Amino acid sequence: MSSHYCPHTPEEMREMLAVIGVQSVEELFAPIPAELRAKTFNLPPGMSEFETFAAMQGIAADNQRDLSLFIGGGFYDHLIPAVVDHLAGRAEFYTAYTPYQPECSQGTLQALFEYQSAICRLTGLDVSNASLYDGATALAEGAMMALRVTNRHRLLVDGCINPFARKVLRTYLANLDVEIVELAPLDGLLNREELAAELDDRTAAVLVQYPNMFGCVEDFSAVAQEIHAAGGLLVTAAYPVALGILKSPAEMGADIAVGDGQSLGNPLSFGGPSFGFIAARKAFIRNMPGRIVGETVDKNGKRGFVLTLQAREQHIKRHKATSNICSNQSLCALRGLIFLTAIGKTGLADLARLNRDKAEYAKSVLATVPGVTVLQTAPTFNEFTVSLPKPAAPVVAALLEKGIAAGVPLGQYYEGAESLLVVTVTEKRSKVEIDLLARMLEEALCN
Amino acid sequence: MADIYFTKEHEWARVNGAIARIGISGHAAHELGDVTFVELPTVGKQVQQFEVLAAIESVKAASDIYAPLSGTVKAVNSALENEPEKVNESAEEAAWMVELEISNPAEVAQLMTREQYTDYLKTL
Amino acid sequence: MQLIYEQSVPGRRGVMLPTSDVPLAPHLPVHLLRSEVAALPEVSELDMVRHFTNLSRRNFSVDTNFYPLGSCTMKYNAKVLENAANLFASLHPMTALLPGGSAVCQGALGMLYDLGQWLADVTGMDEVTTQPLAGAHGEMTGIMLIAAYHKAKGNRKKYVVVPDSSHGTNPASAAMVGYEIITIPTAPYGDMDLELYKQAMNNEVAAVMMTCPNTLGLFNPHIKEIADIAHSFDALMYYDGANLNAIMGKVRPGDVGFDVIHLNLHKTFGTPHGGGGPGAGPVGVKKGLAPFLPMPRIVLDEQSGDLLLELDNPATIGRTASFFGNFGVMVKAYAYMLMLGRAGLVQVSEQAVLNANYIKERLKPWYELPFDLTCMHECVFSASKQLAHGVHAIDIAKFLIDKGYHPPTVYFPLIVKEAIMIEPTETESKATLDAFIEVMIEAASLAESDPAAFADMPRTMPVTRLDETKAAREQQVCCSG
Repeated sequence: MSSHYCPHTPEEMREMLAVIGVQSVEELFAPIPAELRAKTFNLPPGMSEFETFAAMQGIAADNQRDLSLFIGGGFYDHLIPAVVDHLAGRAEFYTAYTPYQPECSQGTLQALFEYQSAICRLTGLDVSNASLYDGATALAEGAMMALRVTNRHRLLVDGCINPFARKVLRTYLANLDVEIVELAPLDGLLNREELAAELDDRTAAVLVQYPNMFGCVEDFSAVAQEIHAAGGLLVTAAYPVALGILKSPAEMGADIAVGDGQSLGNPLSFGGPSFGFIAARKAFIRNMPGRIVGETVDKNGKRGFVLTLQAREQHIKRHKATSNICSNQSLCALRGLIFLTAIGKTGLADLARLNRDKAEYAKSVLATVPGVTVLQTAPTFNEFTVSLPKPAAPVVAALLEKGIAAGVPLGQYYEGAESLLVVTVTEKRSKVEIDLLARMLEEALCN
Repeated sequence: MADIYFTKEHEWARVNGAIARIGISGHAAHELGDVTFVELPTVGKQVQQFEVLAAIESVKAASDIYAPLSGTVKAVNSALENEPEKVNESAEEAAWMVELEISNPAEVAQLMTREQYTDYLKTL
Repeated sequence: MQLIYEQSVPGRRGVMLPTSDVPLAPHLPVHLLRSEVAALPEVSELDMVRHFTNLSRRNFSVDTNFYPLGSCTMKYNAKVLENAANLFASLHPMTALLPGGSAVCQGALGMLYDLGQWLADVTGMDEVTTQPLAGAHGEMTGIMLIAAYHKAKGNRKKYVVVPDSSHGTNPASAAMVGYEIITIPTAPYGDMDLELYKQAMNNEVAAVMMTCPNTLGLFNPHIKEIADIAHSFDALMYYDGANLNAIMGKVRPGDVGFDVIHLNLHKTFGTPHGGGGPGAGPVGVKKGLAPFLPMPRIVLDEQSGDLLLELDNPATIGRTASFFGNFGVMVKAYAYMLMLGRAGLVQVSEQAVLNANYIKERLKPWYELPFDLTCMHECVFSASKQLAHGVHAIDIAKFLIDKGYHPPTVYFPLIVKEAIMIEPTETESKATLDAFIEVMIEAASLAESDPAAFADMPRTMPVTRLDETKAAREQQVCCSG
């Protein structure tokens, strides 16, 4: 019977089986030895799309979806212009696949070329690929790229980098011959003395992030000079919305820049899909992981776009490829491009300023809560760290019950940080919500 | 006039006393198609016979280039870095890749003469 | 078409931002500020809507064209799946990791848990992690689990065995985990050469990676023997789930000896391919490997029925991505499985296999079929007959484009010269298949009668054949300005 996206009628199936020369579909599975056949398989019976959607609504309702979000940790609650859903929602984009046949994939290819150009402009670097999985895996890929470029085996990692990204980095490199030296944060900043002590001519790269896990924004220009003098590279992870106003990775002297693109037009969606970006100096392009779109011309000299430098990739170079990545996060990167186009050149700077204004306001309000102090060691963007007069975890749990995700307690990620809380304030948080956060926090601290 | 020898992996070595120039055969260049990149070793690198010496890429393929003879890299043809198309234009002359100071001339016995290589290609 | 940057007019704005309700903050120190604003496009909303809409029209896609791209399972993506995913758009992943946070995300955590259980059931595994973000990411995660298993047992392992017909990601993933590769050639009967495999196996082999059915679309009848031999050396069996669409309800990888498996939800479970991604690559394991799964791990508290998060344990490989995987893709796969149910999934595999065999039989007289056997969900031809007239597989691909068909995968698997790999999927009607077959026959006829005609194809697209050599040599990968 024809059902759920399997269109054949019994009559058509009979005709097809006759052409093949078998009596039944079951005969086509004869190459699978009988003794290997499936024993159990217990999914529930199927249902219509209407019942399915209702069931999904039920599951969605079993989550608290209207929390007031003051949390970040790599994912940010930003506005998404309506055009992003509508344009990226065109089926010609989302039901296509990797543009291996360029003539009938110019839409995807040109869009990715425009995306790569946007990433180059944001980071100030020369070349970008067509996306990686997420920010954490992009950091790992950036580190591995630095290892290849320098042919060295040692990494210095700022402990202020997002703890999940550091964990992913360690997991990626666990089975390879690489020494990872993690530099414990000093008052929410890169420990530069320790860095100087550890930096040597075996170091492939220094890995840093800005704004960092504590929300602090540091200028790494001096670090870039030091690592370059030692013959290594600077790899920076950056928050792309912040790059609307902050010094670009290239201006700081970074050789490789990575980050998570969720904040550019991708919904929170419980952590994915988002996309990772990676950009680098042109000299390193052959060591880039993943797909790259390049400009060329057709037989008539007309501009067109193709996947290029594919000889780096797994489908040609197999075990010698620069990375194993095949599918990337193309549609999310397209959303990123559409977002950046809709917000635009001055818009991104305005958006960044708006985020900072909100966060600075929140800082000033939270500083008035008795017992709360704001970490003041460096300027911040839209996240900052506060110290509470008691452990942060139970306070956060108490506020969560009142519908406020008040921040990310750092005790779980840093030793001796039990009282520290990182508060994130995007443009979506209103003054009313910020004032309420302060009031609720004060209440929770009194109890 | 130097003598030219070939490997089964389609490299050539033109031996002139203690020096051998290395490249890939015209057949190999044709098979690869338009060459887009040649990765050359650093001067001073020491290689054993049949170890990886360099690498070459075309649009749809990537191959290692193996050392036909053991030795030390004396010079590389860095012009190929900017003009990889030379490999297609003149694989066995202008597009030499590496100059080796060979350490064991007896290894030549394991290579093919041009006649032997031509016969070998017919078997592929 | 112009680039979006070429349409920029200084001062033009797209979307307006909300008015601020807080005071202006003092400026950041100058040394932290960028010297100039990033040169993003400055276009109106209508300009950009036209631009991206017109770009989309320069794509072939499943919704507009038959897309029999072998190995990629380009089936129809049900619209209701998109609607379902949107229901979860506002959930922040950090919420679940806050103290007390899992209580407010029970729906999402439960959905992931149930999806894992279902996928384990379909494949015969014991536990699934949804963290890997794509198939290759799943492979890497799976091989890391295998490495952790051997390390815990004190095994000294060095190699991963793959057949030469494998996807390139298999050896690439194993290499990323530090293993050396042993490649086993394909025998004339279309499967990995069993004798050469036996000779290659040794105590230093960590894993054997197989796709089953393989990339020739053939089910290896010796798979159990291959697994038994691997296990006798304490090597684990890795199942590349790219071709699972062929066998649901017919055979379970876990039952034939596979220990670790990844699935491509964007292939088998009906989620869209997004022009190259996002996919999702959940990994399933047998019990013995479960302790090594990445964190956070979703566990069911049997007493309360609550879903909890395990954040760390001594055996885990760590984390392969920040959170719970490509959650939005998982929602779609879950809804797909819920909707199709058991019978629906079995029917998927049956009709996928029927469609592939139908194409194979009908095109056999026209194209060389290097392995003339009953195939599973895809069939691999060679354009060798056409090559005799100077027509390559790529020429036939370009002919198909002009006829409105996305070409099959060409030149893969690498072991078939001039390979044409056709995977129709179960969602295509007989009428669509018949029309495609006619066009393929037309191509074969044209190859004989007028081979020169292929040279300037495609003719109907926005561009003709592109100069890939120029692109690779010049490396123009972003626009200047």
